Amino acid sequence: MSKCSVGLLALSSLFLSGAAIAQEKIKVGVTATLEGTYTVLGEDGMRGHQTALNVLGKKIGDKELEFIVASTDATPDSAVRAVRKLIEQDKVQILLSPLSGDEGIAVKNFAKTHPELTFINAASGAQETTYVDPAPNFFRYNMDGAQWQVGLGKYAYDEKKYRKIATVGEDYSFIYTQVFGLVLEFCGAGGQVTNRQWVPLGTKDFASVIAALPDDVDAIYLGLGGADAVNFLNQYQQAGGKAHLMGGSIMIDQTILSSKGNAKNALVGTIAASGQADTWEDPGWQKFVKAYQDAFPPNKRFPSPSLLATNYYDSTMALILALREVNGDLSDNQSKFKAALAKIEIDAPNGKIKLDANRQAIGTNFVTEVVDDGKGALFSKVVKVIPNVNQTLGYDPAVFSKIGLPSRTVPECKKY
Amino acid sequence: MSRFVERHPAWALIVIIAVAILLWLIFAVWPPGLEEAVGRKRVFLNAVFNGITLGGLYFLVASGFTLIFGLMRNVNLAHGSLYLFGGYVGYAISTATGSWVLSFIVAFILTALVGVLLQLIVFRRMEGQDLRQTMVTIGLSIVFADLMLWACGGDFYQVQTPNWLIGPVELPLITAIKSSGEPVYLRYPMVRLVIFAASVIIGVAMWLALNRTRIGMIIRAGVDDRDILAATGVRIQLVFVLVFAFGAGLAGMAGVVGGTFQSLSPGEDIRFLLASLVVVIVGGMGSIPGAALGALIIGLAEQLGSVYIPTYAIVVTFLIMVLVLAIRPQGLLARR
Repeated sequence: MSKCSVGLLALSSLFLSGAAIAQEKIKVGVTATLEGTYTVLGEDGMRGHQTALNVLGKKIGDKELEFIVASTDATPDSAVRAVRKLIEQDKVQILLSPLSGDEGIAVKNFAKTHPELTFINAASGAQETTYVDPAPNFFRYNMDGAQWQVGLGKYAYDEKKYRKIATVGEDYSFIYTQVFGLVLEFCGAGGQVTNRQWVPLGTKDFASVIAALPDDVDAIYLGLGGADAVNFLNQYQQAGGKAHLMGGSIMIDQTILSSKGNAKNALVGTIAASGQADTWEDPGWQKFVKAYQDAFPPNKRFPSPSLLATNYYDSTMALILALREVNGDLSDNQSKFKAALAKIEIDAPNGKIKLDANRQAIGTNFVTEVVDDGKGALFSKVVKVIPNVNQTLGYDPAVFSKIGLPSRTVPECKKY
Repeated sequence: MSRFVERHPAWALIVIIAVAILLWLIFAVWPPGLEEAVGRKRVFLNAVFNGITLGGLYFLVASGFTLIFGLMRNVNLAHGSLYLFGGYVGYAISTATGSWVLSFIVAFILTALVGVLLQLIVFRRMEGQDLRQTMVTIGLSIVFADLMLWACGGDFYQVQTPNWLIGPVELPLITAIKSSGEPVYLRYPMVRLVIFAASVIIGVAMWLALNRTRIGMIIRAGVDDRDILAATGVRIQLVFVLVFAFGAGLAGMAGVVGGTFQSLSPGEDIRFLLASLVVVIVGGMGSIPGAALGALIIGLAEQLGSVYIPTYAIVVTFLIMVLVLAIRPQGLLARR
């Protein structure tokens, strides 16, 4: 009896509190890979999102933002399921989604079936998402995988004098795009990519892949992320591997550099390229790092934000700033909001970002090298900063379209 | 063995020829034509060895699973959670004490205790009700997964390999002959060999315990007919608890092994549950030699697949499962 009355009391107070906050809300759905191989990436993405809310606040004029989070596992169907649930069940008006490459392509296609809503890409980086048949209501404030590799190929060829490399990558669109960017530049400079190995996302046992790596190359490029990357490094060390390494954007990232165990030490000295560099001295970046560090206790975060945290921060920032510009006006199928998103230029921690005609980011890229800070923590140190990187990587659009879409074998290793 | 040859002479011949070819591939120096056709011998040998060692890990997980199923007809779908739990325990112990061996012992004991609790609190209450057990264990595995995610986060953990196991050893298998006539020997990670040896020892010990001891006799009798065994005065519930504890402990130990040469993270529980399901379906539910054979086949298929047909590597294991289900639905080495 007493249990029952307590329950009733709790219920009624719930209703009362609901009535007390009569303030109008704007519902935003967020997805992140909170399960599977990319769990760590999703978690840090959400930290970046939270940091943005801490810095910018949730108020849009007299309205307030409400965020509903759904989990995915980096597969396209899980992303579409999560987005559909957010729209149909939770009635969100804006989506901040998704995190991973294949998810991005699926959500972009799904976005076309809901032209009245707005989709802001959270962190996914496959080229196809915004390059082929883009959705008019899908906006991406991070660069794609190929843009994130700009500078790496030339640096490897000119400074490190690598002439022949081989690549190992996860078998899906984001890594295709990364290898696309690398091969285009490295082969354009005169280098050779002798072998491209693709492993399924979620591979645990790399021993045979490691054994099949060619010996006669100057360096091996690793396009792996999350648990896959850690497993690879662990087994690479056990097999006594000694080759020079190069890394993709989610390989040389805090998600891997601060993993537990000592396998990551194989990465010291590895060169990589990404949309951020941990030790960049820019005051805006330093401020963001500080905000991230202050937002969470040290054992609940990385020493420095990962690329995913930065991407989620940037996309949340674009969302809030554009909403404020139109004062939270979502009438007329959100047309004012969409127009504001398309032309907004954000002063993101990792450099200024603006959108092109396909609503794809033009931003700054970083070539980095992994260093040990002396206390056992690894960071990516800036080697080179390249501003204004666009989706066609500086190529003439007509030439660029002839190269073809990133895949296991595209682009060919030649000068375009 | 001889009965098999008498009954299926054609199959026996095929098996013998296949084994002979495999041995030749492993020990002979490959002629240049063959190297051109299928790639370097080093790659092949590595894939075979990796398949066998991975099979060792699968065997550790699946043997506990199959033992529990064989005796109690319990489909314990929380088996993967026990694997992951053991791995996390092993990680905690090895970082706290620095001892790799100790982490195995503690992981075994703690997971076995969890197994005892599961048997006493959950399974005893629903003996013989397959569907209920299945639903409850699925539910439990989801709860465990979330609890572990809450406690350990989504990070990747690796159990530290002890220093004396890091790095490769040279095996007396020639992979190639240099132009100077000097042979090149296969270099292979030490830790995987040790783990494989350990799983062989455990497998043989289990087989001996089951076939040569009194308790093994009781368990085998229980597999055949539980009710008669109980009627003869054996305390069947105690046997159930012990077997469940042992099976769970094996899964926990396998977790430490998996944490050493792969890594631990959320999602691993499901992966190993799936792997052990495939292994016992291929090998035959409830049979220890079946689990060994199934683990070996699946391990080899995964590794050889990832080298020679990388695009379809994932499909291969399931193809094998489908084939076995189509031709011999009870599993390769099942008795009934």
